[in-house]
Amino acid sequence: MRGLVLLAALVAAAAGAETFVGHQVLRVLPGSAAELRSLRELQELEHLQLDFWLAPRGPGAPVDVRVPFASLQPVKAHLEARGVPYSVMIEDVQALVDQERTQTGRRRLLPASTDAFDYAAYHNLDEIYAFMDLLVAENPDLVSKVEIGRTTEGRPIYVLKFSKGGTKRPAVWIDTGIHSREWVTQASGVWFAKAIASDHEKDEGLASILAEMDIFLEIVTNPDGFVFTHTKNRLWRKTRSTHSGSLCVGVDANRNWDAGFGGSGSSGNPCSDTYRGPYANSEPEVKAIVDFVKNHGNIKAFISIHSYSQLLLYPYGYTTTPAADQKELHQVAQKAVAALASAYGTAYEYGSIITTIYEASGGTIDWTYNQGIKYSFTFELRDTGRYGFLLPASQIIPTAQETWLALRVIMLHALEHPY
Amino acid sequence: MEAPLQHSTTAAAGRAAALAVAYLNHRRGGPSRGLVLRAVTTTTAQDIDNIGRKYHLKLVLEDILEKDNIVNCTAEILYHLGKENAAPDVHFTIEGELKNTDEQDNIFYNRIKSLKKELVAQNIPDSHGNVPPEMEPIRLLARVAAGYVIWQNSTENTRYELAQIKDVRQVKRSDDYLEFDYMVLLHEFVSQEIIPWQMTVLWHPQHGVKVTRNSRQPKHAEY
Repeated sequence: MRGLVLLAALVAAAAGAETFVGHQVLRVLPGSAAELRSLRELQELEHLQLDFWLAPRGPGAPVDVRVPFASLQPVKAHLEARGVPYSVMIEDVQALVDQERTQTGRRRLLPASTDAFDYAAYHNLDEIYAFMDLLVAENPDLVSKVEIGRTTEGRPIYVLKFSKGGTKRPAVWIDTGIHSREWVTQASGVWFAKAIASDHEKDEGLASILAEMDIFLEIVTNPDGFVFTHTKNRLWRKTRSTHSGSLCVGVDANRNWDAGFGGSGSSGNPCSDTYRGPYANSEPEVKAIVDFVKNHGNIKAFISIHSYSQLLLYPYGYTTTPAADQKELHQVAQKAVAALASAYGTAYEYGSIITTIYEASGGTIDWTYNQGIKYSFTFELRDTGRYGFLLPASQIIPTAQETWLALRVIMLHALEHPY
Repeated sequence: MEAPLQHSTTAAAGRAAALAVAYLNHRRGGPSRGLVLRAVTTTTAQDIDNIGRKYHLKLVLEDILEKDNIVNCTAEILYHLGKENAAPDVHFTIEGELKNTDEQDNIFYNRIKSLKKELVAQNIPDSHGNVPPEMEPIRLLARVAAGYVIWQNSTENTRYELAQIKDVRQVKRSDDYLEFDYMVLLHEFVSQEIIPWQMTVLWHPQHGVKVTRNSRQPKHAEY
């Protein structure tokens, strides 16, 4: 974790964004609820610019926080006055960053532009976050990065906003990687981002969409899980939260939404890969999107992307009752799937979640649909089981290309059918 | 009394088709032949009182190593009612010829027989989906054996795929068979679980594949 954040710091420093001279990382050990409260008080004070590497979880759980030089005295005084124990874990963050920078090693060189990025390879979180910053820097009039929350392990959650102006325009939301092992989805998300930035003028359909709508793209929807798939377990699906003292870690982020939450299409067992969590929106990764969607209030199409099985799905997963807009959604899906197949002949099935794949309770698009976002769809990308989650990198670009054709159909339909 | 034939949901049809493919690989697969599903042309389901549910499937299959080798297959699967531990009954007929693999089988057999040290490998495919060409037969053999394990453990509400070979070790033998001890990961769709499974696999070019031992392994809490 530390190496990871240092790399992020390195990237930020390289981009000229920040230095960390004199910054310290403190490990705070709140032993009681009262001590935890005083720590949370500090969290509220935005001007301190505290960067939590390990967020407060509960009494007894260590909290790691990077404190900028100017905030060191007030933070330490605050903790000491309330008797909250802490130690200095890193005396000078910049010194460590400089040390890392001079180390020649296994670390891959970061590309200098999004044109130099390798779209036909799988990347880790740092590389994808660096890509996002590059894309924004190269396209300041089109792309911006929004932080919508923090994960359980304290990582920032970012959404790219593609907009040609206006205020709260009707919008399309696309997310990839909510299940961390579905690597072709995050990789496709990176490709989509580049495609939008490259084609927003030459692709007439895309230009017409962006003339009136914004596109929000969350590429790594489950950053903690994604890091875990790179470092410990390639087939990890869930978040990395701990609940109710179970030894097992993680919640299925696609069973944690407030739509049929708790139903038989999810599990109450924390060790299960479809564990729903202790309550709806318990996962910060889910809550961040819920808050974003509610605050925005003008999202017209919501597409959540998974792999694998080559399916295009619409609500519902938690009930066999057909969605009120089933007929229209079915027609849109049919058109989208035909467009997808036109690229490489890849065959998709389509239909409601419950009839096409399985019963799933507390799923993303059931919630978004119930919020009134009519064009709510879920994709399951390539393949159908031959490689499954371990899809060869050579298939990333063809998968992204064909999927993009389907996404265009859905976005154009939303544009042409305002509601 | 048989209920009239009905079109089953796509979900149920998908599970039945996956089982059919697993069974077909168990019966017809080998280190030089793996079958994948190209299309399902029809599926119908039939409830049989006190017996179970029977699926009739028409499938189009493709040979992994010979993409142009397509065969049609009809399969019948009976999931037994109330007997969750009994493997489903599967019957199939293949129209058309599967390519003869004797030559590649012998090449593989001789290559392994002439290894100075027993073969050991991990993570096939690796995290990026790569399979070194010399490991392809090892992987196809695992598919055959996994086909058997999947068939034995399938119900109407499960769908298994072979996700990855975590570890494979060749076991020295004094007879003509090749023996491999596999630890594989199966992906079960409905629960989304990754299930470690041990399989001891024997193979001989003339005698085919035998799974002599197999057992589900416990999952680690964190992983």
